[in-house]
Amino acid sequence: MLILGIESAGAQVGCAVGGHEGVLASAHAGRGRRHAEALAPQVDFVRRQAGIELSEVGAVAVDVGPGLFTGLRVGIATAVSLAQALGVPMIPVPSLDLMAFPARWTSKVIVPALDARRGELFTALFRKVPGGVQRVRDANVCTPEELSAELEALDEPALLLGDGALRHAEAFAGLRGIEMAEQGLANPSARALVQLAHARAMREEFVQPWELEPIYLRQPDAEINWSTRAGGA
Amino acid sequence: MGDQLSGDTILGIETSCDETAVAVVERGTLVRSSVVSSQVEQHARYGGVVPEVAGRAHVQQLVPVLAEALATAGIEGTDVEAVAATTGPGLVGSLLVGVSSAKALSLVWGVPFVSVNHLEAHLYASFLEEPDLEMPLVVLLVSGGHTMLVLMEGHGRYRLLGSTLDDAAGEAYDKVARYLGLGYPGGPAIDALSVDGDPTAFDYPRAMVQENPDTLPDDRRYAFSFSGLKTAVVNHVRNEPDAPTADVAASFQAAVVDALVTKARWAVEATGAVGACLGGGVAANSLLRERFAAMCDGAGVRAFVPSRAMCTDNAAMVAAAGWWRLQSDGPSPLDVGADPNLSLPLLD
Ligand SMILES: [Zn+2]
Repeated sequence: MLILGIESAGAQVGCAVGGHEGVLASAHAGRGRRHAEALAPQVDFVRRQAGIELSEVGAVAVDVGPGLFTGLRVGIATAVSLAQALGVPMIPVPSLDLMAFPARWTSKVIVPALDARRGELFTALFRKVPGGVQRVRDANVCTPEELSAELEALDEPALLLGDGALRHAEAFAGLRGIEMAEQGLANPSARALVQLAHARAMREEFVQPWELEPIYLRQPDAEINWSTRAGGA
Repeated sequence: MGDQLSGDTILGIETSCDETAVAVVERGTLVRSSVVSSQVEQHARYGGVVPEVAGRAHVQQLVPVLAEALATAGIEGTDVEAVAATTGPGLVGSLLVGVSSAKALSLVWGVPFVSVNHLEAHLYASFLEEPDLEMPLVVLLVSGGHTMLVLMEGHGRYRLLGSTLDDAAGEAYDKVARYLGLGYPGGPAIDALSVDGDPTAFDYPRAMVQENPDTLPDDRRYAFSFSGLKTAVVNHVRNEPDAPTADVAASFQAAVVDALVTKARWAVEATGAVGACLGGGVAANSLLRERFAAMCDGAGVRAFVPSRAMCTDNAAMVAAAGWWRLQSDGPSPLDVGADPNLSLPLLD
């Protein structure tokens, strides 16, 4: 089965296509806040690079967060619309699972930390299991200092990765046994999404487009926007 | 226009504020379906539209509303020949949902994507119900975010006569309703309460509405201002707490409608327009509808007051405006983003 994956929870936006032969084509673009402009042309580009028609796609995978709200919404709105129009099911994958997956070769505790802005991180803890990684602590939003204290208490070798970890590297500098992953593992990747989703597709772990639930982890700011309100009512 | 499907079937998506809407329209005029899911209850407890709450609700409502719009129109997605979406103005986190969805649909169905200006869409709402409206046409566009008088000289040809210098009319309604404890949204609440009130009980100010428009400078002639009116109502109620709320509401509404209709009349008289129409959410207001129609009668021009469903935000008007844009400009590129401050394209 061919899977189209869309990832937009972090500073990058990405798209990939793949199946049992692995990833056939992928693209990622940096520059946050341009997600809405970049994504649709990227889907078309990746489709052409993979040499497929969209009608051959059997499932749409999407990063459901946690992540930056606006970017996340661009990816999810695009993915659910693609799936609905194609009449195919979806495979939702959390952003932190995507970040941990490429580090599945390490026996250390894997700690993705995505930049949540406002001085906070989206984090979770994973360990490797045969064929992938398993979440051992659920995703939360916390400060770098809170995560640092958690890792100190854990007192185990850990691999810290993500743009949030890099941004707040000084908070983890004094910890023993902490390795900081490089920039190449700093963002959720659409390639990893397609790989992870393919395994889930084999187990038929699907949801329908109208059932997809984003993972926000934060309540919305209840701030009324008088000035840019454009609608009716 | 029969039931037969014959080209030009356009699907519109509107998510600029607090309504998730999808519609199917043919040739810019025949509405085959128009589905609107309002979030008003989700925002009511905050007393206004909360952008992040709106963005989340759009994501949740998108697929069901899309499915219902296609089912009601009795077509498959593959029958759609173009997809239009509002790209601005509006709340950016809300706009992005509709824009992203429309581009995805255009990719899957292999049909053009059309970027639509929300204000232009409001101007086109009237054409859905009166396809043979003649121009030049004065359009009074009043909503929670906008209050403007536009001269529509032809399709896609607009002159801005004037707009609000501060609050939009709908915003003034919401703020006054909130102060009077009438809840949100303020427009329907004040409109309903006004029925039992005396509109002449209190003489609230009408800004820049003299007997003779020629005494106003050019840039004020068709301009509106509602923040002074809001302050006057608040001060009055503070000084006279026993003033009957229904009288306050009716007198406030009379002042708003007076300013709107007077300036619309001046615009009709000065421009030689052959007709005038209303648009925007505040155009659902019963006093405004009545007074606007009477004004047109008096001025001897054709009045068009769209149904309430076409005044408030909907996607049929987006599809209609998108169809006209597609005829004149062709498809929009897929790298168009959302622009929260998009303005109406004007003639110079
Ligand atoms: Zn509107």
